Amino acid sequence: MVIRVRDLVVGFGDHIVLDHLSVDVRRGEILGFVGGSGGGKSVLLRTIIGLLPKRHGSIEVLGTNMDRASDEERRAIERRWGILFQQGALFSSLTALQNVQFPMREYLKLSERLLKEVAIAKLRMVGLTPNDGDKYPSELSGGMTKRVALARALALDPEIVFLDEPTSGLDPIAAGDFDALIRTLQQTLGLTVFMVTHDLESLQTVCDRIAALADGKVVAAGSLATMLASEHEWVKAYFRGKRASRLASRLAHSD
Amino acid sequence: MSSEPLLSRAFADDRLELAAAGSWTAVHANELEALVDGIARDAARSRSAAIDMRRVHEFDTFGAWLLERLVRESKALGQDMQIVGLPARFQGLLDEVHRTGGEGPPPPAAPNPLLRALEALGRGVAETGRELVPFINMLGALCIALIRVIVHPRAFRLTSAVHHVDRVGWQAVPIILLITFLIGCIIAQQGFFHFRKFGADVYVVDMVGILVLRELGVLIVAIMVAGRSGSSYTAELGSMKMREEIDALRTMGFDPVEVLVLPRVVALVIALPLLTFLGSMAALYGGGLVAWLYGGMSPEIFIDRLKEAISVTHFRVGMIKAPFMALVIGIIACSEGFRVLGSAESLGVQTTTSVVKSIFLVIVLDGVFAIFFASIDM
Ligand SMILES: Nc1ncnc2c1ncn2[C@@H]1O[C@H](COP(=O)(O)OP(=O)(O)OP(=O)(O)O)[C@@H](O)[C@H]1O
Ligand SMILES: [Mg+2]
Repeated sequence: MVIRVRDLVVGFGDHIVLDHLSVDVRRGEILGFVGGSGGGKSVLLRTIIGLLPKRHGSIEVLGTNMDRASDEERRAIERRWGILFQQGALFSSLTALQNVQFPMREYLKLSERLLKEVAIAKLRMVGLTPNDGDKYPSELSGGMTKRVALARALALDPEIVFLDEPTSGLDPIAAGDFDALIRTLQQTLGLTVFMVTHDLESLQTVCDRIAALADGKVVAAGSLATMLASEHEWVKAYFRGKRASRLASRLAHSD
Repeated sequence: MSSEPLLSRAFADDRLELAAAGSWTAVHANELEALVDGIARDAARSRSAAIDMRRVHEFDTFGAWLLERLVRESKALGQDMQIVGLPARFQGLLDEVHRTGGEGPPPPAAPNPLLRALEALGRGVAETGRELVPFINMLGALCIALIRVIVHPRAFRLTSAVHHVDRVGWQAVPIILLITFLIGCIIAQQGFFHFRKFGADVYVVDMVGILVLRELGVLIVAIMVAGRSGSSYTAELGSMKMREEIDALRTMGFDPVEVLVLPRVVALVIALPLLTFLGSMAALYGGGLVAWLYGGMSPEIFIDRLKEAISVTHFRVGMIKAPFMALVIGIIACSEGFRVLGSAESLGVQTTTSVVKSIFLVIVLDGVFAIFFASIDM
């Protein structure tokens, strides 16, 4: 088990966002996390990585309880995960290439040449050209920002990546490539992926398991078939609504 | 396992046999790069080469790229490096890196440092000439907005203006009072200390009165306001610019100058004279206090002397300058805010520029006013 969240409660003021939520992420899997807008997916992600305080519950990452971890242990864990924020969160005063190099410079002692070559390889992997590397974040399109942010999340070849809606803002072809890339990396690096997404296509094609968040809890977790069979109101509406029916029929054909 | 050499080599006839092992990962990338480069240099001696990857048990993008680099470099030497025994699970990554890796475009040739210094100097001079343009632009836009508001008074953002008067005026009162009070004390103390030598104690009151009312009161307050409120105007407008909020306003048919700049500048123009008045009073009070406690001049005498020394003219000279200084500070702060580009760094740069420029202009303006008032005998 790579991530183990138990009984997590997170709130702002008297607004409880996550209410005794438990979820597991297994080693080497791609977990798709779905939930309504404003349901608390980003809050869960930010709580796991320690950006938001929790009121109750425990979080274990890579076998380490994050509450009891010393600063050194935390740093060691932080080096082993990469995060793609929903808004990109690129450093605005660094170019795209420098953004990707930033964690490498911080954690690894590499020659300038290797630093440049690997960073360019990462940019190409996410579908950018080396020329894009010299642009500043304010000069990038929305989709390019997402890609640079992914390249930065992958800079250290982490064991876990947290992706907050990686494919929103990408055209369907690019989104498909993105999914394929995540798959490749997951297979070759043994990556564990925690992916918040609304993209039914990625849920179907790349996710090994899906967890659905509603009312501050995980109300269903399992394969797509489990989701389709769920009796929970929200899960039913999500996976069997109009937009999803096409997917369902396709799934039925493939059975 | 970490004791295993990452890369070892052997020659069989004129064939180079490499054996890789251990972790070809980011943490070892530095060592590995040195090894790989060393091999590439030696490889020229042999005709063919092979690398055995069987005993590599960890492999990531860094390792994959270095392997790819080794293969490419030996290929460039006319040799065919074969990879044998790469575990199947790593093949995908190697393919990925094969597809994506590479030097990228060469960096643009660095120009001659002398030329670059000259270019920077030239640019600097040209920019300085252009520094006035945003100021004049903003002044023009502000006048247009003002005329529009005068024609349609309902378009004026009264709530916003009141809010800003509260921020830049009311909330600044304590700090302004404190600072001007201290300045008044210091001037009076210095006056007594030096004037006493030639028995000119009474003239300290003249000096404090005239200096505070004509020059120091308004100047200190204007500088304080430029640092305190001008900088916050620039930072606010700059971060709105960064997050495209200003573009959003414009697309909704609002004029950002009318919505954002006018209320802020109006607030400053209202607040600065009031602060100047309060500040001047505090400075006179401080001067009087020091005259009494340090100079041994009773408050009655101080006030009598002050009545003789100063006239309404001195007071008016100070107060007339205040709104103009407010205008300069407001326009500089807002126009610098609009010049912020996408990055956090540029926000910092423009905020600094805004404060430096407005303090500079406030002092220049004060000088211009001094000449003006002297020539009309005020
Ligand atoms: N810093 C904060 N302060 C107060 N409330 C917050 C804060 N961050 C999030 N919230 C609230 O928590 C709830 C969950 O927000 P969250 O960002 O997790 O939604 P989400 O599930 O990621 O939605 P989306 O799919 O739109 O990104 C929302 O009601 C939001 O208003
Ligand atoms: Mg979110």
